[in-house]
Amino acid sequence: MKAARLGMLFFGFAFLYAPIALLVLYSFNASKLATVWAGFSTQWYGKLLHDEQIGAAAWNSLTIAFASACLATALGLIAAYALDRFRIFRTRTLFVGLIYAPLVMPEIILGLSLLLIFVAVDFPRGFWSVVVAHATFTMCFAAVLIRARLGELDRSLEEAAMDLGAGPIDTFFSIIAPQVASALVSAFVLAFILSLDDLVIASFTSGPGSTTLPMRIYSQVRLGVTPEINALSSLMLAVVALGLGLVSILRRGKSV
Amino acid sequence: MTRKSRSLSWGERATLAAPYLWLLLFFLAPLLLVFKISLSKTVIARPPYEPTFTWSGGWSAWWDGAQKFSLEAWRGLVADPLYARAWATSIALAAISTLIALIIAYPFALAIARASARWRPTLLGLAMAPFWTSFLIRVYAWIAILKDEGFLNHALIALGIIKAPLAIFATNVAVVIGIVYSYLPFVILPIANALEKQDVQLREAAADLGADAWRTFLHVTLPLSLPGVMAGALLMFIPAVGEFVIPDLLGGSDTMMLGKVMWNDFFENRDWPAAAAGAVALLIVLVGPIVYFEKRQNRSVA
Repeated sequence: MKAARLGMLFFGFAFLYAPIALLVLYSFNASKLATVWAGFSTQWYGKLLHDEQIGAAAWNSLTIAFASACLATALGLIAAYALDRFRIFRTRTLFVGLIYAPLVMPEIILGLSLLLIFVAVDFPRGFWSVVVAHATFTMCFAAVLIRARLGELDRSLEEAAMDLGAGPIDTFFSIIAPQVASALVSAFVLAFILSLDDLVIASFTSGPGSTTLPMRIYSQVRLGVTPEINALSSLMLAVVALGLGLVSILRRGKSV
Repeated sequence: MTRKSRSLSWGERATLAAPYLWLLLFFLAPLLLVFKISLSKTVIARPPYEPTFTWSGGWSAWWDGAQKFSLEAWRGLVADPLYARAWATSIALAAISTLIALIIAYPFALAIARASARWRPTLLGLAMAPFWTSFLIRVYAWIAILKDEGFLNHALIALGIIKAPLAIFATNVAVVIGIVYSYLPFVILPIANALEKQDVQLREAAADLGADAWRTFLHVTLPLSLPGVMAGALLMFIPAVGEFVIPDLLGGSDTMMLGKVMWNDFFENRDWPAAAAGAVALLIVLVGPIVYFEKRQNRSVA
């Protein structure tokens, strides 16, 4: 039994991680041929540094991810607070639906519908349209995550603060906010990662000057596998791994 | 839970307003707009559709326009054999992939759930981590593996298992592999959560009553984990039907999935009403699974 379980774990993790490991390994390949090993080299990383288009796309991606993650965390916190503390209100079912539907909705529908509304109201497409689009789906992830933390809090602390004369806003900032701070950082990091990774929604909602990294990778991937894309992908994976490491420390071992 | 509605205080309403209005404005309203545009005519202009329902000319102009709504895009959706094939392919590939993912994920989730309490969170975290990395990058990684001169064929030929390279890349098989791989974490998490919550005493009781390991699994463990299995299947199937990146990068030119057809209609043919009609149709097909999924979530957050 135990051997079977260990075997299954080994097989499962090998399946999940071998493709990623190969991709990272071959980003250090000296050969231009993507699947033939010809010695260790970091030349592709050097090339990336001098690619201005990639640099511009990286800057777009990082600034969009930062702005949308800020929005998503703030909106997610408020949504989570309302879901957790306002037990009953008339349109609660609709609200819960609006929070959960974007989590499973095919990205192509989200992207297409957002673009159509931006066109309809003449909202200029560029940096802010992608930020709004990303904040819309990442706030739902943030809300679910923060709500889980709010549900664990000891309410007697808040009641004590209220008994001692603190208003709801005071109580929120001095009692609740510090206790959910780690969940807020986690939500921010995950929203940042989701925004950084997104191709489909960004493709629909971006404008000429706001090409993101995944969009640039996508346009090159269609031409084939190259060690340069491997290097760029590896860097993005490293950023995500760093973020996930931070989140797992903050959540003290609880799964993401 | 009491179902009686009570009105919120003004302070509470103001708090709720920001996320609520945001989602109404940027999630619900756009979906309604997609429906509206699916009823418009395609024209060569910017934007490339003739508005059907406009408010600019007042009520009577709105009514005139509304009577001229066009079913052109919808007719195309039904009549175009390309769409019919895309529907069949999308649903079939998503369903097959979901089934394969369940078969892989279940024993994997079981192995995680039965690991010692010290290791469980780490194992689950590692199984979920790929979900947070870019779909695009993970699908790209498979191109190098599945290509004719890729890693898989190199390895199989070196091992003497095959003589000529297998043509997997640019076929539906590659698309299924890509979907299973990309969505596997979605399936593992709910199953592992459901298995983890099970009371050990139930299994002990079954064993005490003389059931062997296999019988215990079939009659206790598996039935109790079915809600998790269902949640995982839905979490994967719903987005997989509309998948675009995977069929585009791993599929062949004849792999027509809905997401890809909509993408082409939108970006290449600039036929926005057709893409919108495709999106609405996809939404109608998925609304059943989505509502079911939400009912479950609603119960767990109520």
